[in-house]
Amino acid sequence: MTVEFLQGHYPYVLVIVLLLIGLYGMTLKGNLLKKLIGMTIFQTSIYLFFIQGAVKTNATIPVFSPELGPGAENYMNPLPQVIVLTAIVVGVAITGVALSLLLVTQQRYGTIEEDEILEQMRQAE
Amino acid sequence: MSQTPVLIPALLLLSALFSLLFGLRSARLGHLVAVLGVLGSFLTAVAGAFGVITGGEAIRYAMGGWIPPIGIELVLDHLSVFMTLLITFIGLVVIVYAPRSLHFEAPGKAAFAWPAIVLLLAGLSGVSLTGDLFNLYVFLEISALAAYALLAIGGKAAPVATLRYLIVGAAGGGFYLLGVGFLYFTAGTVNMADLASRLPELVENRAVVSAALLLVLGLALKMALFPMHFWLPDVYTHAPSAVSGMIAPIMTKVSAYAIIRLFLDVFPPGYFTEALPIASTIGWLSAAGIVYGSVLAVAQHDYRRMLAYSSVGQIAYVGLGIGLANPIGLIGGLLHMVNHALMKSVLFLIGGAIRLRTGVTRIPDMKGLGRSMPWTMATFAIAALAMVGIPPTAGFFSKWYLLLGTIEAGNAWWFGVILISSLLSGVYFFRVVEMIYRDPAVDPAEREEADAAGRERPPLQPGGEPPASLLGPILILGVAILAVGIFNVLIVGALLTHAVAPLGG
Repeated sequence: MTVEFLQGHYPYVLVIVLLLIGLYGMTLKGNLLKKLIGMTIFQTSIYLFFIQGAVKTNATIPVFSPELGPGAENYMNPLPQVIVLTAIVVGVAITGVALSLLLVTQQRYGTIEEDEILEQMRQAE
Repeated sequence: MSQTPVLIPALLLLSALFSLLFGLRSARLGHLVAVLGVLGSFLTAVAGAFGVITGGEAIRYAMGGWIPPIGIELVLDHLSVFMTLLITFIGLVVIVYAPRSLHFEAPGKAAFAWPAIVLLLAGLSGVSLTGDLFNLYVFLEISALAAYALLAIGGKAAPVATLRYLIVGAAGGGFYLLGVGFLYFTAGTVNMADLASRLPELVENRAVVSAALLLVLGLALKMALFPMHFWLPDVYTHAPSAVSGMIAPIMTKVSAYAIIRLFLDVFPPGYFTEALPIASTIGWLSAAGIVYGSVLAVAQHDYRRMLAYSSVGQIAYVGLGIGLANPIGLIGGLLHMVNHALMKSVLFLIGGAIRLRTGVTRIPDMKGLGRSMPWTMATFAIAALAMVGIPPTAGFFSKWYLLLGTIEAGNAWWFGVILISSLLSGVYFFRVVEMIYRDPAVDPAEREEADAAGRERPPLQPGGEPPASLLGPILILGVAILAVGIFNVLIVGALLTHAVAPLGG
């Protein structure tokens, strides 16, 4: 059963592995840049989940072609792709803002290690 | 009238763009454009409210002419009218207040703050209006991105606090998006109304169960539901007062609204209560959060940090309303959104006014302010009474409905939690009230010296009332706290009873 399950679902298993790697980086890494790398891996695994769910063999782009006719089985479903494209744009924006915040943090504290920053904050109080 | 749902976010998005363009020439002009945009969308929301209340049904708008469920639709119904009115009203008051305070606390940043503030409001009102789960994600992230930019312009620690918030927010958004994916691949749609008609056949499906859990987990992270609140206190403490006064009242509540929307209008009746214990879990976490937030608020010496911990406790009242899952309890939770938004906004704005006049942010340094800033401090006293929940202020009625809800649900623990937390609110707010009306310890030698020299005695506390652009919004919010309290029956009768109708009763 396990082998058959893996044969049918291995892309999903890989997505979950990526998701967990990302979560591990976001929560347990002490370096803020590594946290952001974890965040990006986490977001990417979700894009892959949508793409994997939309896979369809022997189908073409969703533009009507007179040779193939109106049958839906000949065309890809555009919605998951559109969702992923939009989500990627959102993800890029978040990464951009995050990196600029990281830059300012580094300039103000001289480090991007979370525990060293917390130590400096405690001394300032 | 059928255009109102799209006009509200569209006016805001347009004014964000033009506010940036004009702001590059002059920050003052950019601010004017931003104020006009927010005013326009507030008036549209008022018109929409009349349309919904008199028409008795939702106004729907298909984006780009694509008929839903193929296209995205914006829906203005009783619940979303309630949310957009709240968001645009708070936005309008705070953006009028903001220039002097922001100029003082974050010099040179104002020109870029106006488009970000308007974008934040556009995102939040979009979340409230959309009838599409994926569109909700996009609006939620628009508002979050604008909030990150705004929160980071505060003091030295603001960027790093915001970065930690950003990581939590991205995780929340990711879980939510994953939940949308599960629902889409199971039910074949992301339109809320369409999902509501398809999900009853799929209640046993394990993918739908996972979807419900992921959606709620993602939103709970963004809502700062205890114990997922850890990012919040630092962020609110280090941000400029005007920004905290804008974000603390409405940002977390919009995520709470999204959970309520899923609970009432997307998943089948009873799915969050009987099939899965989601509502009661939210309720118990909220009860813990109320006690936790109140206790830690008592322990703070910094005014803003005290308000931040108080926010952790107060958003949990909304969660408690979800947990009760009966109409009267949920009405209490929703009404508390308005009440807390007004109270917390005015408290942060007063903090900003004190800081502008005296530079003080610690509570023990606030002695004597009752003399030098009488009107501001009278408003503070009203807000403090409302936080404790003393009639006829707004804070009393939401707690009253919640208490009735706990009685109806027969939950003595939650009843006790509400009472204890009100008492603790009394402790931490009356401590401040006592401080501001007490005379400061002025050096006696200094006074004698002044008397001997025939000079005027030194003032008890430097400062005096803030300028009119700050005092006006503070007084308006103070009056609103009383007005919402006295006229709460109108809000409940015209909007909230219709909004919670899916619960029955």
